[in-house]
Amino acid sequence: MSLLQVDDLKISFHSRERETVAVKGASFTVEKGRTLAVVGESGSGKSVTALSLTRLLPGPPVCRVSGKIMFDGQDVLAMEQARLRQLRGKDIAYIFQEPSSSLNPVFTVGYQIAEAVKLHFPEESDVRGRVVKALDQVGIRDPEKRYGAYPHEMSGGMQQRVMIAMALACQPKILVADEPTTALDVTIQKQIMDLLRKIRQRSSMSIILITHNFALLPDFADEVLVMFRGDIVERGETEKVLREPQHPYTKALIACIPRLGVRQKRLTTIDHATLA
Amino acid sequence: MEKSLLFVDSLKVHYPIYSPFLRQVVDVVKAVDGVSFKVPAGKTVGLVGESGSGKTTIGRSIVKLAPLTEGRIHYRGEDIGSLSTSQFFPYRKKIQMIFQDPFNSLNPRMTVYQAVAEPLDIHFKSWNGKQKRERVAELLKRVGLEADHMERYPHEFSGGQRQRIGIARALAVEPEFIICDEPVSALDVSVQAQIVNLLQDLQDELGLTYLFIAHDLAVVEHISDEVLVMTGGKIVEQAKAEAIYENPQNDYTKKLLAAVPKF
Repeated sequence: MSLLQVDDLKISFHSRERETVAVKGASFTVEKGRTLAVVGESGSGKSVTALSLTRLLPGPPVCRVSGKIMFDGQDVLAMEQARLRQLRGKDIAYIFQEPSSSLNPVFTVGYQIAEAVKLHFPEESDVRGRVVKALDQVGIRDPEKRYGAYPHEMSGGMQQRVMIAMALACQPKILVADEPTTALDVTIQKQIMDLLRKIRQRSSMSIILITHNFALLPDFADEVLVMFRGDIVERGETEKVLREPQHPYTKALIACIPRLGVRQKRLTTIDHATLA
Repeated sequence: MEKSLLFVDSLKVHYPIYSPFLRQVVDVVKAVDGVSFKVPAGKTVGLVGESGSGKTTIGRSIVKLAPLTEGRIHYRGEDIGSLSTSQFFPYRKKIQMIFQDPFNSLNPRMTVYQAVAEPLDIHFKSWNGKQKRERVAELLKRVGLEADHMERYPHEFSGGQRQRIGIARALAVEPEFIICDEPVSALDVSVQAQIVNLLQDLQDELGLTYLFIAHDLAVVEHISDEVLVMTGGKIVEQAKAEAIYENPQNDYTKKLLAAVPKF
């Protein structure tokens, strides 16, 4: 049995004027210890798919989610609120794109990580120790001291490490990384991707990486799903998809990345008119 | 001297840190610490470095958005660094800027027309409403938007479209030189490619000169004729775009190259 199984997931948003279908029937599975990448442009439905896994989207009548989401044999769409609160953070944890807006500016980072630990491990006696260990794991130097630091005292890369520490402190089974490096410099991006790689080696955690950039996938993701306007248009082993992309959208998405040392007159762009 | 549009000579931008009690200077942040470079007319010079390296400060000090501590900035042979704000006014028409975050750089309460026409109100005071509308419509079409987008507000546009609005606004006053401060860092790779192509088309057509500031060497190498690599407020390497990739000299440049994902 897969750790996470999603069947025919449909997500739609409703307003007085119109209905917007964000995801049109997506099916995929996440195995224990494996990394799945979901790639697509903004508006392709990848982030709402990620949020729906723990029912973080607004409820009806604004947003409707149908299909089946099974986590470890349990039906997420039928879960009670109390069980959902456990699922979020303890079973499936998230890190988001913009660390500075995910952290609360008026509390220290240690306090914010401790909050998650206290919620999910009420019997834990050494909360502080656990937080310090999490900070240490993500490569924050002098974790004892940085426990009391406020988010604004840290750089974007350090803030993202704090978010990862917060996610890891509760030892989730799945880590959903939604564009974890998009707001960061390329040098910091490399550090964060290397860190995620290291963490995955140490634990048997599964990762769902959501990104618009194919360049991040080699030797990171085992499998890749390509989303385009709410549909999964291609899926397969990362190496294979990168080497022989089948769908024109996948080809275009790979071709538009500027490559070092390859002098092109113009960058390739995606012609949405021909893809429709 | 070679004919260059912009010549920056040992530029320093230092920010003093005052002690909270005695108003004494306790320390100095050397954001830019002795930087010299030239930007030839009609070319693109790329400026790369991590956040905090001082690259944005250079761009801002050229247009007097950051104070200049020492050094000179020559524009077409004229020393613009020492000009007062009012003396600098005509140069604001010639030098324009495009900013990183298209979500924060547009006023959410102004329509696209108001945003793009605002620089016209300042630099083309004699124009009537009809002339301005025609010019805005022409600019929007030029950057790949529709003329009837004029009455809409920024929130109705995607990130890539907003960046196009920012470009239209910069082009409104017919500048010669545009400082592009991380214009594509906040965009998807596919949209990034469209904006980079648009900037190159505009350069070919209008003979623009760019100072292109970014942290991603792959993009900078693609668009630039010459590349400057910055770290800690200093330029550590300066070379033709091909040479930077083929034969990097400095360790920091090598580190930046290694950070670009390869596949």
